[in-house]
Amino acid sequence: MSDSSATTREQTPLVAVQDVHVTFGSQSVLRGVTLTVPRGQTLAIIGESGCGKTVLLKTIIGLVRPTTGLVRFDGYNLAELSDRELTRQRVRFGYVFQNAALFDSLTVGQNVAFPLRQQASESPSQIRELVFARLAEVGLPKSVISKKPAELSGGMRKRVGLARALIMNPELMLYDEPTTGLDPIMSDVINELMLRTRKQHDVTSIIVTHDMRTAHKVADRVVMIYPVGRLESAEPQLIFDGSPGELETCGDRRVLQFVRGEAGERLTEMQQTFSDRDL
Amino acid sequence: MEGPPRRSLAASGQELVTDWGAVVIDGIVAIGDLGLFCMRTISWMLTRLPRRETLLPNFYQVGVMSLPVVALTGTFIGMVLAVQSYGQFRQLGLETRLGAVINMSLVRELGPVLAATMLAGRVGSAMAAELGTMRVTEQIDALSSMGANPIHYLVVPRFLACLFLIPTLTIMADFMGVVGGYFFTVEVLGIDKHHYWHNSEQFVGVFDLLSGIFKSFFFGAAIAMISCYRGFNCMPGAEGVGRAATAAFVYSFVLILMIDLFLGVMINAVYDTFWPEGVSLL
Ligand SMILES: Nc1ncnc2c1ncn2[C@@H]1O[C@H](COP(=O)(O)OP(=O)(O)O)[C@@H](O)[C@H]1O
Ligand SMILES: [Mg+2]
Repeated sequence: MSDSSATTREQTPLVAVQDVHVTFGSQSVLRGVTLTVPRGQTLAIIGESGCGKTVLLKTIIGLVRPTTGLVRFDGYNLAELSDRELTRQRVRFGYVFQNAALFDSLTVGQNVAFPLRQQASESPSQIRELVFARLAEVGLPKSVISKKPAELSGGMRKRVGLARALIMNPELMLYDEPTTGLDPIMSDVINELMLRTRKQHDVTSIIVTHDMRTAHKVADRVVMIYPVGRLESAEPQLIFDGSPGELETCGDRRVLQFVRGEAGERLTEMQQTFSDRDL
Repeated sequence: MEGPPRRSLAASGQELVTDWGAVVIDGIVAIGDLGLFCMRTISWMLTRLPRRETLLPNFYQVGVMSLPVVALTGTFIGMVLAVQSYGQFRQLGLETRLGAVINMSLVRELGPVLAATMLAGRVGSAMAAELGTMRVTEQIDALSSMGANPIHYLVVPRFLACLFLIPTLTIMADFMGVVGGYFFTVEVLGIDKHHYWHNSEQFVGVFDLLSGIFKSFFFGAAIAMISCYRGFNCMPGAEGVGRAATAAFVYSFVLILMIDLFLGVMINAVYDTFWPEGVSLL
């Protein structure tokens, strides 16, 4: 490979979301979202529940097709790839689902080994070694390997999900609310694991969260999504894009309310619905 | 969405027309979607067979776990047929012909249809609930994200299990029905054993048995496709899973009856071309 093509490869952002709209029936969830993620960055996507964070994450890996607009991963337009090619590209992603999405019918070991088995390039003993290594990396003992996901606690399930997502050495890690529903200590463990993953594997990461501690501790950049239903028709849906430090000094009231956790005008809206019902 | 042609139609009773229009359009979309789902399943099945470790648990679930209920269903159909036909045949003085009518109804019609209905309830609902849960808990998305195809990994094994094992279970239901009918007629109602078998043999041919089994392949395919489709398109939450399971049974049952009618007409036409003189009970 010549020098010039190597630099262009470095310069193409790993993920480029271009004017993506996603509509379910008559409900518009994403409206004209444009976002590029350079290699090596750790991006946090924040926003209230139901604003479309998960949908954006799934659009990025091609699980949800954009109604209009396109998503490029390393220059490939995901919508144009054949099933086979899409499968090949997906090995380069690691997706940690909100509730881990472990396969109930398989053991923890089989869950973590699943992506490797799909490729069928390693021998069973190599697979075993890799599974043990990944589980150790996320701080789980060897004994969990034969347990079923239903027997694990929430924090353990998240960590198994992380181990499963890491096993193919992905270039892009996507985390969907990795700390939601965990106690503060376990949340910090997960934050540390995300930091460590980034150091050891040199990955690009996108973290969907509404935990401000995660955003401050792990991310180099934060974007905030606002629900389409609350926007004026011409407003952009990404209402903040900057470093975590800039969140506090942002002039937008909606961002500050989210960062500080204040209900703001939602309280008056609730009052309204109550009095409407009384009438 | 109001197109110009519909608005002109809707001059009177617009509500009704638009409502029905929406229902018809939704129905057509759903049927098209289901058709596409079936085509993708078949194309994946032809590309690459699933591995043994994904096939075996499904074959076990559908085949082995359904044996008791299917056997029970078969036995009772045979006995109920005996009870119902006995009174009327005795009035005509034809009770020795009971074997013919019981076994004929059993292998051609009731065995396959009732076994399939039982399996739509047992296997179909379970598959819809299982796949629905996987959809709701994002396990289906997880499969795709890890380089597996959900249709290949989840639907093809279930389809194969239903396609091959539901006919097998039907044979078993037929057999148990014959035993149940024999037991009730000969042991309880006291009809002569020799006449019972002699009449059965004379009237019920291999064609009748095979036509019932032939239908059950279609029943099996219908149960698998409807149930997997409902599971894949499950709405969120526990309520969505419950609805998927119920709908899987209801639609499978309706489809079983429709297929039964259609294939029944077809099989009769085939029979008439080969054996135009037919066989009379009298
Ligand atoms: N497959 C789908 N079909 C229909 N509506 C959906 C689907 N996925 C998400 N939605 C809707 O999109 C909105 C955003 O969902 P989501 O991205 O999950 O929110 P969150 O930001 O909490 O992750 C919700 O109102 C949800 O009901
Ligand atoms: Mg979400």
